[in-house]
Amino acid sequence: MDKDILEKINNPKLSYPRVAYGKTLVELGQQNDKIVVVDADLAKSTKTAYFQEKFPHRFFDMGISEADMVTTAAGISSCGFTVFASTFSIFLTGRAWEQIRNTVAYGNFNVKLVATHAGITVGPDGASHQALEDIALISAIPNMKIMAGGDYLSTVNLVKLIAEQKGPFYLRLPRCKAVELYSDTDKFHLGGSQQLSSGNDITIISYGLMLQRSLSAAQELNKQGIKARVIDMYSIKPFDYDAVLSAAGETKGIVVAEEHTIKGGLGSQIATFLSQHQPTKIKYVSMKDEFGRSGEPQELLDHYQLTSNSIVEKSLEIIND
Amino acid sequence: MSLNNNYTELKNICKQIRKDIITMIYHAGSGHPGGSLSLVEIMVALYFGGILNYKPDKPDWSDRDRLVLSKGHAAPVLYAVLAKAGYFPQEDLNSLRKIDSYLQGHPHNLSTPGVEVPTGSLGQGLSIAHGIALGLRVLKNKARVFAIVGDGELEEGSIWETAMSAGYYRSGNLTAIIDYNHLQIDGNLNEVKSPEPITDKFAAFNWQVVEVDGHDLPQLLDELSKPINHDQKPKAIIAHTVKGKGISFMENVVDWHGVAPNQEQYQKAMEELNG
Ligand SMILES: Cc1ncc(C[n+]2csc(CCOP(=O)(O)OP(=O)(O)O)c2C)c(N)n1
Ligand SMILES: [Mg+2]
Repeated sequence: MDKDILEKINNPKLSYPRVAYGKTLVELGQQNDKIVVVDADLAKSTKTAYFQEKFPHRFFDMGISEADMVTTAAGISSCGFTVFASTFSIFLTGRAWEQIRNTVAYGNFNVKLVATHAGITVGPDGASHQALEDIALISAIPNMKIMAGGDYLSTVNLVKLIAEQKGPFYLRLPRCKAVELYSDTDKFHLGGSQQLSSGNDITIISYGLMLQRSLSAAQELNKQGIKARVIDMYSIKPFDYDAVLSAAGETKGIVVAEEHTIKGGLGSQIATFLSQHQPTKIKYVSMKDEFGRSGEPQELLDHYQLTSNSIVEKSLEIIND
Repeated sequence: MSLNNNYTELKNICKQIRKDIITMIYHAGSGHPGGSLSLVEIMVALYFGGILNYKPDKPDWSDRDRLVLSKGHAAPVLYAVLAKAGYFPQEDLNSLRKIDSYLQGHPHNLSTPGVEVPTGSLGQGLSIAHGIALGLRVLKNKARVFAIVGDGELEEGSIWETAMSAGYYRSGNLTAIIDYNHLQIDGNLNEVKSPEPITDKFAAFNWQVVEVDGHDLPQLLDELSKPINHDQKPKAIIAHTVKGKGISFMENVVDWHGVAPNQEQYQKAMEELNG
């Protein structure tokens, strides 16, 4: 494996993607007075509070009213603004889903839905707060595009990218700190991906906090003489079709690792795509069809077998098949 | 149940519940102290003041009164009270939020005896409570339904959909208790989005509205024990409370909404409660 990436996962530096979001919003706000931000009583958690402090007249705390927040964002954007709307993933994509579908997406408004606290790593708050179906929910809506921040710098880049692009986006961020994987020179684009480790034996496709476990799995496989290609599919809709086709053609199969239910996650979307274009062996390391529970983030990842061990096992199953 | 107005006993229970809340959250390392502490007298009045009819050994007893903690993040106060009432062993309280615990971060009916419905997503509990009230009406069951709603939670539109529904259906068996502690997460209600005038709003939706001091046990018992008229207006009790009540450094401090005390803070809190 590449020395650089090994160094990054073996001597990890940790930071909060949501802090990257808050700080980048401030940077964007300084450059562009057409940026408006709304939140729903979670500004301190989503980090939109940084923007609120700098630009109080371009920030609206809508209080605990997510559905209202989303349609309000659409209205504000119709006056020529780029509007960022944030709360926890479950309340944004869940409570306000139909507002997203029938207003934000159907009307193709310039609204950037940026949710933090996605996935099981929300931790002790428990199942009510763990969004495990957000990718499925938002992917199903035409016009919606989806990105996922995997670390600090990728989040900085993705926030800038969705601000530049016209139209509605959903950006998924975790609650927890993430291992820093990227450097200043790395570039991100719509429909793109990043290959974090090269190899032609097996491909591991992941995003968000599962990248760390995917890279550990690749390291373990490497010890067994198996070279795994690890891809950060930070652009989830559209995803990087070329990278997926190459993986299908050049490696023995694909393991998709995600902090999301198997129903309608990135894994099932890649499967739908490949079944039509290049049938390939695919295995899934994702949440089964069940609710989460309270626990510490790492314990929960282990409990639900969202582990590097599972990724190794599934990779070996494909290779030895 | 008959009214228990032994206030010395009830006050002692309140003190014990406060200690349980702080201890549970301290051991969990996360949780919501502020909005749990503001509810202590209200919950103690309901469960130990002789207001609610319930059988801890038979949680699904059909004639029980129902309590829905719409502001589900106050789970610690609910669990402490349910344990004290005998639904489950008190020594399990410190398993709160742990991976194999039946005491989930937010209430879950399938996990915990005595919990009626899942809550934690604000704005849903009041509506579920009204559904229960309508269900009981169909069954001609005379049990009462109580929903405990946060003042910030009043910002959810679904609260006012239910307000209109319950007013329209004259669901007199439903009582909403509003924990009016003036704080939400991003600050004071006035700095975020004030739901005032709360009394006028509920009244306009055809509710009967009363105000009480939410830490005054005699006032609470007096109000909660008034007979209800099943096919008349639902009742909203605006309970004036202090977030973090009972622990000096937590009172009225917005930052104590959702963090656990560290060891030093825990000891200080326990000293105050013991003193
Ligand atoms: C639908 C929904 N949106 C956001 C949250 C996150 N949240 C948890 S508690 C809270 C503030 C609640 O304030 P309030 O109702 O006043 O409760 P209290 O002050 O009694 O703690 C928020 C926004 C949530 N649990 N549910
Ligand atoms: Mg409050």
